[in-house]
Amino acid sequence: MKFTCLRKGGGYHFPPCHILDICGFRILLDCPLDLSALTIFSPIPSASKASSVDKPNPKCSNRSGPLDLEEPLVRKRQKVERPLDADDLIYAEPWYKTVRNLHLWNTSFIDVVLISSPMGMLGLPFLSRIKGFSAKIYVTEAAARLGQLMMEDLVSMHMEIRQLFGPEESCIPQWMKWEELKLLPSSLRDVALGKDGGEMGSWMPLYSAADVKDCMQKAQRLKYAEETCYNSTLIIKAFSSGLEIGACNWTINGPKGGIAFISSSIFGSAHAMNFDYIALQGNDTVIYSDFSSLDATEDIENDHSNFVPTTHDFSSLRNEENDEQELAKSVLHVDDNLEENQKLAFLSSHVIDSVKAGGSVLIPVGRLGIVLQLLEQISTSLDVSDLKVPIYIISSVGEELLAFTNIIPEWLCKQRQEKLFSGQPLFGHVELINEGKLHVFPAIHSPKLLMNWQEPCIVFSPHWSLRLGPAVHFLQRWCGDQNSLLILENELDVELALLPFKPMAMKVLQCSFLSGIRLQKVQPLLNILQPKVLLFPKDLKLINSSKSTAFSIFQYCPDETLCIPSLKDKSELEIATDLAFHFDWRNLKQGNISMTRLKGELFREHGKQRLIPGYVQESSEIRQLVHWGSPDLDRLMTVLSGRGIKGTLRKASRGSESENVASAVLVNDPSQALIEVKETSTVITATSENLASIIFESIGSVLDGI
Amino acid sequence: MAIDSLVLGAGQEVGKSCVIVTINGKRIMFDCGMHMGHLDHRRYPDFSLIGPNFNQTLTCIIITHFHLDHIGALPYFTEVCGYSGPIYMTYPTKALAPLMLEDYRKVMVERRGEEEQFTSEHIVECMKKVIPVDLKQTVQVDKDLQIRAYYAGHVLGAAMFYAKVGDAAMVYTGDYNMTPDRHLGAAQIDRLSLDLVITESTYATTIRDSKYAREREFLRAVHTCVAGGGKVLIPSFALGRAQELCILLEDYWERMNLKVPIYFSAGLTRQANMYYKMLISWTSQKIKETYSTHNAFDFKNVHKFERSMIDAPGPCVLFATPGMISGGFSLEVFKHWAPSEKNLVTMPGYCVAGTIGHKLMSGKPTKIDLDKDTRIDVRCQIHQLTFSPHTDAKGIMDLVKFLSPKHVILVHGEKPRMATLKGRIQSELGIQCYDPANNETVSVPSTHYATAVASDAFVQSCSNPNFKFSTSGSEHEQGSSSSNRKSIPRLQVSDDRVAEGILVMEKNKKAKVVHQDELLVMLEEKKHQVKFAYCCPAHIGNLQENQETESTGLPLSSTNNDMLQLLSAKLTNELSEVNIQDFGDHLQVESFRVSICSKEDCPYRLSDNGGEEHYEPMFFCCSWAMEDEKLAWKVISMCQK
Ligand SMILES: [Zn+2]
Ligand SMILES: [Zn+2]
Repeated sequence: MKFTCLRKGGGYHFPPCHILDICGFRILLDCPLDLSALTIFSPIPSASKASSVDKPNPKCSNRSGPLDLEEPLVRKRQKVERPLDADDLIYAEPWYKTVRNLHLWNTSFIDVVLISSPMGMLGLPFLSRIKGFSAKIYVTEAAARLGQLMMEDLVSMHMEIRQLFGPEESCIPQWMKWEELKLLPSSLRDVALGKDGGEMGSWMPLYSAADVKDCMQKAQRLKYAEETCYNSTLIIKAFSSGLEIGACNWTINGPKGGIAFISSSIFGSAHAMNFDYIALQGNDTVIYSDFSSLDATEDIENDHSNFVPTTHDFSSLRNEENDEQELAKSVLHVDDNLEENQKLAFLSSHVIDSVKAGGSVLIPVGRLGIVLQLLEQISTSLDVSDLKVPIYIISSVGEELLAFTNIIPEWLCKQRQEKLFSGQPLFGHVELINEGKLHVFPAIHSPKLLMNWQEPCIVFSPHWSLRLGPAVHFLQRWCGDQNSLLILENELDVELALLPFKPMAMKVLQCSFLSGIRLQKVQPLLNILQPKVLLFPKDLKLINSSKSTAFSIFQYCPDETLCIPSLKDKSELEIATDLAFHFDWRNLKQGNISMTRLKGELFREHGKQRLIPGYVQESSEIRQLVHWGSPDLDRLMTVLSGRGIKGTLRKASRGSESENVASAVLVNDPSQALIEVKETSTVITATSENLASIIFESIGSVLDGI
Repeated sequence: MAIDSLVLGAGQEVGKSCVIVTINGKRIMFDCGMHMGHLDHRRYPDFSLIGPNFNQTLTCIIITHFHLDHIGALPYFTEVCGYSGPIYMTYPTKALAPLMLEDYRKVMVERRGEEEQFTSEHIVECMKKVIPVDLKQTVQVDKDLQIRAYYAGHVLGAAMFYAKVGDAAMVYTGDYNMTPDRHLGAAQIDRLSLDLVITESTYATTIRDSKYAREREFLRAVHTCVAGGGKVLIPSFALGRAQELCILLEDYWERMNLKVPIYFSAGLTRQANMYYKMLISWTSQKIKETYSTHNAFDFKNVHKFERSMIDAPGPCVLFATPGMISGGFSLEVFKHWAPSEKNLVTMPGYCVAGTIGHKLMSGKPTKIDLDKDTRIDVRCQIHQLTFSPHTDAKGIMDLVKFLSPKHVILVHGEKPRMATLKGRIQSELGIQCYDPANNETVSVPSTHYATAVASDAFVQSCSNPNFKFSTSGSEHEQGSSSSNRKSIPRLQVSDDRVAEGILVMEKNKKAKVVHQDELLVMLEEKKHQVKFAYCCPAHIGNLQENQETESTGLPLSSTNNDMLQLLSAKLTNELSEVNIQDFGDHLQVESFRVSICSKEDCPYRLSDNGGEEHYEPMFFCCSWAMEDEKLAWKVISMCQK
């Protein structure tokens, strides 16, 4: 088994990406996009600051945009390092940053792609559209649907920008030319080229809607814990990871053992089905790929005022840690939800404060689960405060996304499933829409939106990078209003993200949500999984329990290939018992060993090798075909006479070492025959088939053979 | 090893489906149904046959779908009998079953104030024990038992269940439909290797034609009735058939622009539609695809029905529970509407014996005695729905053929029809088939595999292609049991990758399978080769005669080489499937080697064959190994002739 980490990823929106070679197959684990890199581009120009709601067609008013391009570029060249300003951003149609070095791997050699979350497939159309791509893509049905919607949304948001810039003239945009890159401020250059300057090759112009469609057609959708078999060899199953609806961990079972691949996982989710770690038990190898604790700051930060960060203390639990699985489980079950709920309540209270003060709230949060919960939380808070403030969802896929969340109870957490069983909608948004409290529109210029529009209001709208989508327009509209509020995820470099909207009077709350396994839960989890081999990120520190670990740990870091010796060198074979009925066992002279010839049809089925009777013709008798040892001639004579064969023995002269010296048995009854015996060979000569075969049997009985 | 199936219900009948399957030490109860036609102890399966302690003897219960004949006894079994182990069913079944059970419980209590077998609380408590499963989800019930649900059509959430313990595996189908209907897809299952399939056989001998025509027939009957000012009563359970017919009617109403009201008798069906909306991914592909724009279970033309409207004038269509008119509201409406010939009652294709529905279907009664004091005049039209959510006989045969299990057990059908189907399965598919009565046990053998470690060389050798060319119909064709087939001679290429190896058992070590060539190295032994050799005399005259008849045009005076050529030609002619290699001085076929022997004292020449030789014989010196024994003697006999 070989394992190469291509990218350790960054947070919820940019999951890690790896390549795994196993049983002669190459598996790509996830294919994400680094959308946070979009921040080096300029958003839709701020000339439309006067708001798109008032001017429903902002792109027309900005047709002159590209013409202004020359001037700022000239200015940039004369500049030395100084604080960034909005003009430093790249003013061009954005490109998209894929996983570095993925393009160095030959796409046609990838056999399988496993997608662990909707976010993990955003880069997939780049791969699947390449000629020669023939890998089997496995993805859970829920992740496939959500991923497709996210990609379609991305394509549609990008279209808005593309219309602004017009068709591209050359295949390499101006900003990617070296002389331009040289002039970029260092913080932007780091994003564009990577810290070591090696990431230029990972930028791509966005795929088309047709690419997305084509990609989705190639994907095989899996049900929860559905068993699928690749090439009769690998059994692949997806189990919920709890991170998002449809997000999953994988088990891969082949003839040489099982692997559990753990992506970012959440033990107690308030919307998606929880991390099903029990299902991962019994696999020899665990690949731990949850990097979330690397960038978990775990508090709510605020740019403009000091909020007390929520604290949590697991130290007491940490001390009690031991190997007992029960205790381990109790540690895992410490409710993450409680803390997450506190964060939501906290955000919600600020939302209420803002609307009370007459400001509007923009929530360009990209996490579906957070959006769904915030919707419920905020609407409840509004009811409690008796406020009639409309909530809008403006997204090209908003309606479908909401409808979808209400028809997949199979991928939701227990509490949500209970709603199904009691006949209630799975999420609060169904009621909110019916009651007219929530309005869903595909775009900012939807005529119905313009009729319906009311401020202050609360808007959920993409994109979290603040460079694409309706969010840009709303931010431009409200950034100068000190009563308005912007809620951001912490995966964004706020400084850079807000650059084009400066000066900001608007309040900004940046919040980190739990996006994986807390470090202190890793050890208890491993105690339950009990792997023999653990692949663990070098950057993460395992909190070692006092007892020595029972497994060997291989630490990995990006762009290094680990070779993991396989635990089983021989493969298992299952033999059907109805085949075994025909076995003709032989005990060897030296004792302790018995053996039989076996003949059947080898079946590779569901990762197992099975020998079944099949259509093999039953041979009437089983003959020995291999012999060893040297025959005892006197015993041979006895055996022969026992079978009614008479003859005389002519022994070779003693002491002659030569192989060519032969002893012989001259048979004269029932008919003439000759048995010539040498050290390592015997030759039987007879005129009839029958006699020859009796002699053969007799020799077989004085030799070892099979 | 064996799989034992104890049929507690639905043995040679329809109703109270319940089979206890014991498979490698695990005991599964498939379905826990009740019989609608009985009011006494026969309404439930005889649970006492399971043994004294259900919780110890049963590993789990699996419920296939929400129909009462499959789940009706479950609350009684868990809450009254005390079973507390795991229960598995699909998400829709878990969501919808309580509605069915509650509906039934009400009917039971309302009718004659019968003592209730279980309460509402019982239903709630019972459902709490249920673990919902998704389709194809592989559920590890315990270390050894694995179960998996497959789509069965029939009603929303209906599933066939696969169960596997060790190497033994089986499928219990529950009720299924092999053709899609208005709102559900057709049953779908993987090709599995199975020891046993237990299948329903409601329509064991019926073959149905196109569904479309039968739907049209129904719509025409309904339309004719309402056009004549009549009332249509569709007795149906709240779930399943009601939704299917409703989608059908809703669509027809839109197309024909009809304004006649369609009613649901209780809030139940309306409530059910709420569930259907969330469970839309379990419906047919067509309905699924449109969920975000229009949910097919938002019925526009459907209204709520009040009891006071029973005798209101004017035409209408009413869905009333329960189906089969076994009591409750549908019976009440039936009493009012049956006497008028303008009205129409539609009945499903199958009604359990003992219900009014059953009486209506068997013959055309003009009067029905409800009890001692009540007699109903029946003058209304009766329309029998000829489309059914059950598979027909062809569907059963198709499924059994597709799965090709080693054994089949038929349940959920009528005895004489089942016997016919059983005969077909045995004669047409060659699969052992059983149709046990209630409380009988069928025992079938199960698959078992022994595990061994296989060497790489063995595995490699198995995947080497092993092409064989044969002319079928020649004498070399295997004398298999099916040799009565007429053979058309033509060249066949087969690639039988026969796995041949040696299984070695050493004390205290895991069994090992190795390739023949590895064996001696493993044993650290020296090979001793046992060969055959025979220097066989041949009569040149014979060969030459042969040659002339074949007119190959070889010169008459033959050298040794020519003789070999001659033999080679003859061999090629006679042995079609061998590959003869000519090395000039000798020929080789597999391990068999033949050359012209000129040594007078060849040790392999035996002197005792027939002394009267007219010609100086030629000698073919042959040697071979045991593998090619048959071939060798065949060639020798040819040489001698
Ligand atoms: Zn049924
Ligand atoms: Zn049934």
